[in-house]
Amino acid sequence: MLQGIPITSVLIVSAFMFFAGVCGFIIRRNMITILMSIELILNAVNINMVVFNKFLFPDQLQGQFFALFIVGIAAAEASVAIALVINIYRRLNSISVDKVNEMKY
Amino acid sequence: MALNVLMFYLLSAVIVICSILTITTTRILRAAFYLLCVLVATAGFYFMVDYQFMAGVQLVLYAGGIVVLIIFSILLTSHISHKFAKPEASRLIMGILVGASGFALSTLAILKYTFIPTTNPAMKVDMQAIGLQLLGTGKNGYVLPFEVISILLLAAMIGAIIIAKKGK
Repeated sequence: MLQGIPITSVLIVSAFMFFAGVCGFIIRRNMITILMSIELILNAVNINMVVFNKFLFPDQLQGQFFALFIVGIAAAEASVAIALVINIYRRLNSISVDKVNEMKY
Repeated sequence: MALNVLMFYLLSAVIVICSILTITTTRILRAAFYLLCVLVATAGFYFMVDYQFMAGVQLVLYAGGIVVLIIFSILLTSHISHKFAKPEASRLIMGILVGASGFALSTLAILKYTFIPTTNPAMKVDMQAIGLQLLGTGKNGYVLPFEVISILLLAAMIGAIIIAKKGK
């Protein structure tokens, strides 16, 4: 409990964000919007890390460092994914996952 | 109602509404804008729990870096006026079912579990403490993951350049 805000309400908000990302990952067919859903999922995990650090273990910094590293990995993942999307668009003129089945067995 | 509780509800409302709009809007540039709103609200939440450094990283890297990268790639690959077709009904039902059941399950688990905070005195989180721990080699030191992630970022940068460059 931090100044009147219980930990459960924060966790519920981040759980909502996580499953909104999962839902978008399933519904969407455009590669860039799928990437956005992944960003939502990673961001929800970050909120959880920071909240556990602040509310349960304020004598340490572990959660914050994990969140920092997740942000770094998200940046690396986004840059590589966007390079792939641009390359696929150049070859196939479309970024819909339904049309990108050339590598499929 | 205290002002910080009001602020928390405001940020939560922004996060919930904008994350729904991110995955349902039919225009791709708007989806990027709603994602930006979610990320900025998250940074506001980090400010609320007094982690200024984390909030700054969130604003600079996520809201500043990744969203700009996504908007660039949207402008390179699709027309601004392009609208998505509605998703198929079966996929829509599947997605909503997975999302709703997962959310219900995790909410149930969160509400049932009793969180026990530590009784140790809280640590003062300033830039000095973060820097010393991030580059420390002793207990609570994080220099090895720091170096590994710097190599990962270098590899991702080189890989992205090689993948995206035009062939001869």
